Amino acid sequence: MLNNQILNKKGVCLLWKIKGKFHFQRFLSQNIDRHYDIIIAGGGMVGTTLACTLGKNSILKNKKILLLEAGKEKPWTLPEKYNNRVVSVNPGSQKLLSSINAWNFIEKNRVATVKQLQVWEALSDASITFEQPKNNEPISYIVENDLILAAVAEQAQSCPNLEIQYEAKVKNYQLPDFNADITQLKMENGQNFSCNLLLGCDGVNSTVRKCMHANYISWNYGQMGVVATLQLDQQPGFKNDVAWQRFLPNGPVALLPLTDELSSLVWSTTIQQAKELLELPEERFVEQLNKAIGGTFKKSSLVSQAINSFDNLLRALNCPSTNQATAPTICGMETNSRAAFPLGFGHSSQYIGKGVVLVGDAAHRIHPLAGQGVNLGFGDVNCLNEVLTKAVYSGGGLNDLSYLKEYESERQKHNLPMMIAVEGLHRLTTTTLAPIVLLRGLGLQFSNALVPLKKYLISQASI
Amino acid sequence: MTKFLRKCSNFTFIHLRLQSHSTTIDQQEIEQFKKLAKEWWHEFGSNKPLHSMNKLRVPFVRDGLINEGVVHEQNLKTSTPLKNLSILDVGCGGGILSEPLCRLGANVTGIDANPGIIDVAKKHAEKNHLNINYLFSSIEDHSKCHFEKYDSIVASEILEHVTEKEKFLSACSACLKPLGSIFITTINNTALASFLSIFVAETVLELVPKGIHQPDKFIEPYRLQRMLEDCNLKTKVIHGMFYNVFTNNWHLCSNNSVNYCIHAVKIC
Repeated sequence: MLNNQILNKKGVCLLWKIKGKFHFQRFLSQNIDRHYDIIIAGGGMVGTTLACTLGKNSILKNKKILLLEAGKEKPWTLPEKYNNRVVSVNPGSQKLLSSINAWNFIEKNRVATVKQLQVWEALSDASITFEQPKNNEPISYIVENDLILAAVAEQAQSCPNLEIQYEAKVKNYQLPDFNADITQLKMENGQNFSCNLLLGCDGVNSTVRKCMHANYISWNYGQMGVVATLQLDQQPGFKNDVAWQRFLPNGPVALLPLTDELSSLVWSTTIQQAKELLELPEERFVEQLNKAIGGTFKKSSLVSQAINSFDNLLRALNCPSTNQATAPTICGMETNSRAAFPLGFGHSSQYIGKGVVLVGDAAHRIHPLAGQGVNLGFGDVNCLNEVLTKAVYSGGGLNDLSYLKEYESERQKHNLPMMIAVEGLHRLTTTTLAPIVLLRGLGLQFSNALVPLKKYLISQASI
Repeated sequence: MTKFLRKCSNFTFIHLRLQSHSTTIDQQEIEQFKKLAKEWWHEFGSNKPLHSMNKLRVPFVRDGLINEGVVHEQNLKTSTPLKNLSILDVGCGGGILSEPLCRLGANVTGIDANPGIIDVAKKHAEKNHLNINYLFSSIEDHSKCHFEKYDSIVASEILEHVTEKEKFLSACSACLKPLGSIFITTINNTALASFLSIFVAETVLELVPKGIHQPDKFIEPYRLQRMLEDCNLKTKVIHGMFYNVFTNNWHLCSNNSVNYCIHAVKIC
């Protein structure tokens, strides 16, 4: 006992070599079971993709990586029914998933392509259409969350330097202080790990972020997103490759294509209405939904007149004018596919700290109206991979702040404008005040007519 | 071997004491740097620009060696591209440049004429489990027992502290294997360089300690190139370096009127 204490105080450091390559440090004083170069907290879509991307990087080949996931390992088989949680994967994220060979798996199973985005407004009937400038290039792909996770998890198995621990619950993180540069993790099951770099991919309520004492700005929208899998009223020869979004006074409702017969619903609305919608019988729910998509709302006559005359003017100028959007009619829904989740905004003013980096939802959270949440996370993964590659290939340490700083500034430069734009759009579209409705209607039409602006918006949303 | 080296360094210590006038080391400079030993490894302390210069000079050395074709193809695009290459870091100080080169797989020897700072370097490398051979020695003494030993020599931010540059460079050249590369970063002898690196950096912004640089020791690239040629070293590339005070980042540029870097190769 006494000996132990003396040992503890001395903090004896044992070092041994395996294969003559890896140096593992064991700190007897802290009873560290294993030391890793990188530990990733959170094995969600972004966390697993990050683990896989780093694991397949030849420059990081001799770095030991550990991925910690609180959930159980789920053996995956393609379910017959579509899952109600889907994401819109933009071309940039698709490229990332292709680079780690995960896209093959997704394509082999099921993926829908979106070639056109049709957005219109309930209170003014103004609309805007987005297409990729080069025809036939998809704007985005609709994939189920579970399928992406299964695809990247399968690829993660093939990385020899990557270890995955499921049902791993972290008791506490001990980030390095001024003198130290090792992060320590205490697990619920009594294990202790240490690492040079901790990557927090643990989602909106990130514990890693809380340990960093990062300044976090957040608010709730007082809204919920209602999701479901919908059956479309089929017309012969109907191709379901358009994503529809209508801005209603309570929030946007979006239909994302899954197959020619099925679409996925994301309906953002007040918490009150969301609860009511969840409790309605299924036929009544579909009825309400059809009303929300196709029904007319009480319009101000002034707004209608102004929108009409602006439309005529655009026609006279030979600009691409509003073609009246006709969304598909919903004829039914998959039983028990309804669910709702809360919506909020969050921004961490620090993405990095000593020996720690935040990635994905842990660093930022946005409204789903532009379908950008997971794409920002995949963008983070891409950037962090590049920065760590550069650091290691230049002889820097993994936790070298001067390199990590590049990740932070690069990502904040991209993420913040996107978050502000989405936030602005959300606030603009939930107002019913006539002058604002008029302005946004005209703005929508004007942007629709302005091809270069649309091209710019598409390119911004694609990376 | 280590015993021998230790003996060698002990010897040079005495040697240096007895005849320090025969080396290219300036006693005054030694005193100046002694004060720095404590916060040598403080990334945002008085060596801040040296730390951030790594982001520029390590890739400069790495890519220079890759372009010379001395890097084995199987080591490209791995974490140790400089594996099996021996590099001598002249004027290594606390090892700010030696450590990243060691992490890239090189067998690094660091020499410095300041025993206090060599101790800092040794301790820091030990703490980071890096195997670097640090020696308290002058380049002249080192060259005597290490003739044509190294694949590459780096002399970064040291030449502006050396008075007898010809002697210094010829000793470097002696240590270098034929076709070996030498990488030098230093300060140009222009009015702008004196103004920026002495008045602005030392007095106004207090980025670096006062009195660390003397403008009469700065050297123009063409004169340095000439001296290198006299030592059988052929200049391959000269880049200007620009320091952004606000972002603490170094960039390569075409204007070499303030800081610049040179890559030269020993011709046989």
